[in-house]
Amino acid sequence: MFDFLSDYDNPTLLGAFWMTVKLTLLSGIGSLVWGTLLAAMRVSPVPLMRGFGTAYVNIVRNIPLTVIIIFTSLGLADIFGVTMGATDFKVQGFRLAILGFVAYTAAFVCEAIRSGINTVPMGQAEAARAIGLTFSQTLRLIILPQAFRSVIGPLANVLIALTKNTTVAAAIGVAEAAALMKTMIENEAQTLLIGAVFAFGFVVLTLPTGLFLGWLSKRMAVKR
Amino acid sequence: MSSVLYDEPGPRAKRRNVVISVVFFVLLALLAWFVWDTMDGKGQLEWALWKPFTESNAWTTYLLPGLGDTLLAAALAMVIALPLGAVFGIARLSDHVWVRIPAAWVVEFFRAIPVLLLMLFANEFYDRWTNVSSEQRPLYAVVTGLVLYNASVLAEVVRAGILALPKGQTEAAKAIGLRKGQTMNSILLPQAVTAMLPAIVSQLVVIVKDTALGGVMIGFTELLNSRSTLAAAYANVVPSFIVVAVIYIVLNFILTSFASWLEKRLRRSKRSTGAVLSAEDMEELNPAATGGSYGTGAAV
Repeated sequence: MFDFLSDYDNPTLLGAFWMTVKLTLLSGIGSLVWGTLLAAMRVSPVPLMRGFGTAYVNIVRNIPLTVIIIFTSLGLADIFGVTMGATDFKVQGFRLAILGFVAYTAAFVCEAIRSGINTVPMGQAEAARAIGLTFSQTLRLIILPQAFRSVIGPLANVLIALTKNTTVAAAIGVAEAAALMKTMIENEAQTLLIGAVFAFGFVVLTLPTGLFLGWLSKRMAVKR
Repeated sequence: MSSVLYDEPGPRAKRRNVVISVVFFVLLALLAWFVWDTMDGKGQLEWALWKPFTESNAWTTYLLPGLGDTLLAAALAMVIALPLGAVFGIARLSDHVWVRIPAAWVVEFFRAIPVLLLMLFANEFYDRWTNVSSEQRPLYAVVTGLVLYNASVLAEVVRAGILALPKGQTEAAKAIGLRKGQTMNSILLPQAVTAMLPAIVSQLVVIVKDTALGGVMIGFTELLNSRSTLAAAYANVVPSFIVVAVIYIVLNFILTSFASWLEKRLRRSKRSTGAVLSAEDMEELNPAATGGSYGTGAAV
């Protein structure tokens, strides 16, 4: 019944899901870094930085991810010759997709962290200023460490969304789960079975992530 | 603009802020110049590539029909998903385990699966087992994928909307002798729908963005797909991407602004119970397609 699964070796089923995991993890790390920087800009005392952060978030959030991902391939790579240091077409697609995911997901990470900053009581920042810490010290040593603990839940949602969003990479030829499902479903007769296998794969990826990070967010939340 | 994170700037802080502003401005300007120069170098700024957008043909032949299909799919998906979502949302609140648990499974299942997979599957499904014509199939597939996913998200919205109502509403209904169904239909649901309106409008943004998936993967002729036909006709890949992105931004910005206007209005309105589900609550429930969740800032 599951014979068809072994007929595909480029990539295999596990290989395709491994690609999904790799896209998710690398994009997740990238968007966490870029998103934190954006959040820091959005709460900074410099109006120009605040303006840039706000504009970035509002513009990027309103563009479909598909548009961004397709643009990295047709615009950045084909027209501007941005190859991300890759010589192989496949590697190039992989790296461009990560670039697109980071650019998009960072906007959501930024908003999550900003909401976390709002949960830190005013007194913490006031005390930090009272002992003479500068803005960047206040943010780095006092505010962000507490904010991060309270946004594990929202960030988990962003990560789960990102996991599902990585399927868009299929549109620029990255051989991940959605791409393999498209090929399989077109060639094989067992449409329902294939659908079930891939659906199961994503449930396996997202459900434990949600449960673990949900548990972690309860454990880490600052009790006040 | 004041913030608890920093003091009102004194003379030194003012000077420092000016220096940082200037440095940041220079960096932004360098970036802008770099982008402009690269585009110029690749001949992307030539008027011939941008001229089509000043003429009606590009709009009437490509962009507007594409936008029309985007809006059609989004509207259909919302109209079908909303009642379905209401049914599942109420089912999850049922007193009967045999209704509550299966409803919860269905909702959690469809929330965990990427919309793209649902669309691909629906497309193949219609191809094999129905006689939907091949021109209509992409629209059907896109709407089906969007409905399955968004019904499960909206189910959570409905549930949250009902749970957000003050307990006194149910108690009062019980006190005057209404049955469970009557309480739901005539007391809870109408109020929940009002409370949910801003959240529902902001979910439209998610749906509009997701229609673009169908354009690339199953050939639905929505805006992003029309862009590629347009770019093939005028050989203006980069300008067409920029114009299409601007259309999406404007459209979704209008929806977002409408949602927050609605939210403000509902919060002020005297007749409401004060329970309003905002766009932000929506994203909390929606770890999905467009990701994102930002809390309500009430974690304490």
